[in-house]
Amino acid sequence: MPTFGNAQLKLLEKLCNASAVSGDEGEVRKIILEELKGRGGDTRVDALGNVLVTHPGSGKKRLKVMLTAHMDEVGFMLVADDGEGLFRFETVGGMDIRQLPGKAVLVGKEHLPGVIGARPIHLTTAEELRQKIPLDALRIDIGPAGGKVFPGDRATFATRFQRNGPVLIAKALDNRLGIVTLLELFKNAPTNIDLLVAFTVQEEIGLRGARVAAYTFNPDLAITVDATPANDLPTWDGEENISYNTKLGLGPAIYIADSSTLCDPRLVRHLSETARLGKLPFQIRQPGGGGTDAGSIHMARAGIPSVSVSVPHRYSHTAASIARMDDWKNTYSLLQAALSRITPELLESGRA
Amino acid sequence: MTDITPFLKKLLTAPGLSGYEDPAAEIISACWTPLVQETSRGKAGSLHGIQRGTGASPRPSVMIATHMDAIGLMVTGISDSFLRLTDVGGVDPRVLPGTLVTVYASGAGTAHPIPGVVIQPPVRLLPPEIGLNPVPLEYLFVDTGLPRRQIEKIVRVGDLVSFAQPPIELSGETISGHTLDNRASVAALTVCLEELQSRPHVWDVWAVASAQEEVGAIGAIGSTFELRPSIAIVLDVTWAKGPGTNDWNSSPMGKGPTLCMGPNIHPALHKAMKDLADRLEIPYGLEYAPRHTGTDGYSTQVSAEGVPTLVMGIPLRYMHTPVEVVAVKDIQRAGRLLAEFIAGLSADFMEKITWDD
Repeated sequence: MPTFGNAQLKLLEKLCNASAVSGDEGEVRKIILEELKGRGGDTRVDALGNVLVTHPGSGKKRLKVMLTAHMDEVGFMLVADDGEGLFRFETVGGMDIRQLPGKAVLVGKEHLPGVIGARPIHLTTAEELRQKIPLDALRIDIGPAGGKVFPGDRATFATRFQRNGPVLIAKALDNRLGIVTLLELFKNAPTNIDLLVAFTVQEEIGLRGARVAAYTFNPDLAITVDATPANDLPTWDGEENISYNTKLGLGPAIYIADSSTLCDPRLVRHLSETARLGKLPFQIRQPGGGGTDAGSIHMARAGIPSVSVSVPHRYSHTAASIARMDDWKNTYSLLQAALSRITPELLESGRA
Repeated sequence: MTDITPFLKKLLTAPGLSGYEDPAAEIISACWTPLVQETSRGKAGSLHGIQRGTGASPRPSVMIATHMDAIGLMVTGISDSFLRLTDVGGVDPRVLPGTLVTVYASGAGTAHPIPGVVIQPPVRLLPPEIGLNPVPLEYLFVDTGLPRRQIEKIVRVGDLVSFAQPPIELSGETISGHTLDNRASVAALTVCLEELQSRPHVWDVWAVASAQEEVGAIGAIGSTFELRPSIAIVLDVTWAKGPGTNDWNSSPMGKGPTLCMGPNIHPALHKAMKDLADRLEIPYGLEYAPRHTGTDGYSTQVSAEGVPTLVMGIPLRYMHTPVEVVAVKDIQRAGRLLAEFIAGLSADFMEKITWDD
């Protein structure tokens, strides 16, 4: 079995440092298309910008298995030019505006550097300090000479990928971790299934790319690979943290339920059995909120049995998220093993 | 004049939090060594360099104070693998969530830099009254992503945490980064020292990169006492006009340094500098500090028997955030104005520093 090493890390770094705000996924799409070049399979880009690639199997009876990971990330759109290099902006995707002041950003296709400042603390009243800084008080500042950027251009946090031993720190680990995982799964596709891989757009603003990709592929089942929050921090009062969602270091997170999907129990069982058989670590994501592309896939056509598996990571949708190398590697290993064990009987078993 | 930007960018990458200025002092000292006759460290941590004048001994001397210390954070405790924090200097906790930092972990001997992030815990793990309001510093953490057993080995309470935002060049010849307050002024003083290489001056010049300004202008007290300058010129950053900052107390960025007026400043010095700037047609702004200037000038003025003090400013946006912005031109102009002022100081200049009542 191939293992994750420098090649995969290099690719992850390149993808995390690329900008791909929902609706403007071109940079990531380009990297993916380059990676897919010369690897066989039928590659196309659909009407919304999803990258769809298939790898037919060779067995007699094969299930059509769809894998998806979203290419887009949360970010910003410039919405008004105040002159002298200052721009008003809006957020794209679920962001906490308390995470924005004091950050460096990259604007537009040319990645022009800019910053989101804040009023100096010396000029801030005690009352103001108790209030969050409203979005309409913030500006992206690219410097007084301005530059070739315009309202409508996207911006992302400028954070550059770093690795410290087992630790990965970067923007957009959600979901570039999933993208690299899918690319590797495609490159090492098993032959017992027809593998249908979708790199989707616009997940962060309503799971829109996955919906049409699922229609196009019309698979027998679908697995979404994403990155999910690990809220495994201490509580303020020292009580047990009972809403951690997932924990860093415990391996891939298998979904049973989130706010938009009840995962197909046969697929949940298949994944956890695979992990046990292969002695691979895994965790069950605490059933609850959040969601993935599975939310639109499982309702496509007449209904598509779906499940999600995520790499746990902390501080999703902020300037800098944190993941561990082992959780990512183990997510790949689990999926690789799970795909190779899929037979048509999987969907003939009971749901209970 | 050589381009000051590379030196400034290098200096911005050094931590040098208040009270722990060595990493900044080393970079500044290396840069100043060819520009001064001697360098030394003061008892309170400031870096002193002297450029001797041509006048007969004992010569009058001018001290140019630019503080080199940085604001930042300090570890106050460890919860699981997460570091609790306090601030060194004034930090608005509302700019911290998502900020990249470097933790100088001392547990394994000499401080070892580890990358980390200031993080805001999820709402459910915080007191319910916080909700979606700003999270106070006491509830923020630094996370390095490393597991607890490793953190417990290498991090100690009291370890320093500095901002890790790399310097960025923005359009219009501006630079953004942390600690431009006040290393922009250290760069301006360096420009001044370079200019003075080819300009004879009668007075001795003490170049001072002062320590602990952000915690009460402490280093400047010691330096003024040790060096006993005839006059002190303090160069610090001042609030630039920009988003959210447009009141009377802010100055335009890129339109020259400011000359400050107020009780910390000797009016005769202010007038001499203003007249010089007018004569040389170096653009400047006027700044008003009705009480405390919030600079080393507050200390230099009342050190020992008292020292006539002048305070100048370099306009800077987003002060005390990791993305402060300053115009390189203002740094160069401040440096040149200082050099011209020093070159013009006559042996009898002190006789002109009088109270014009």
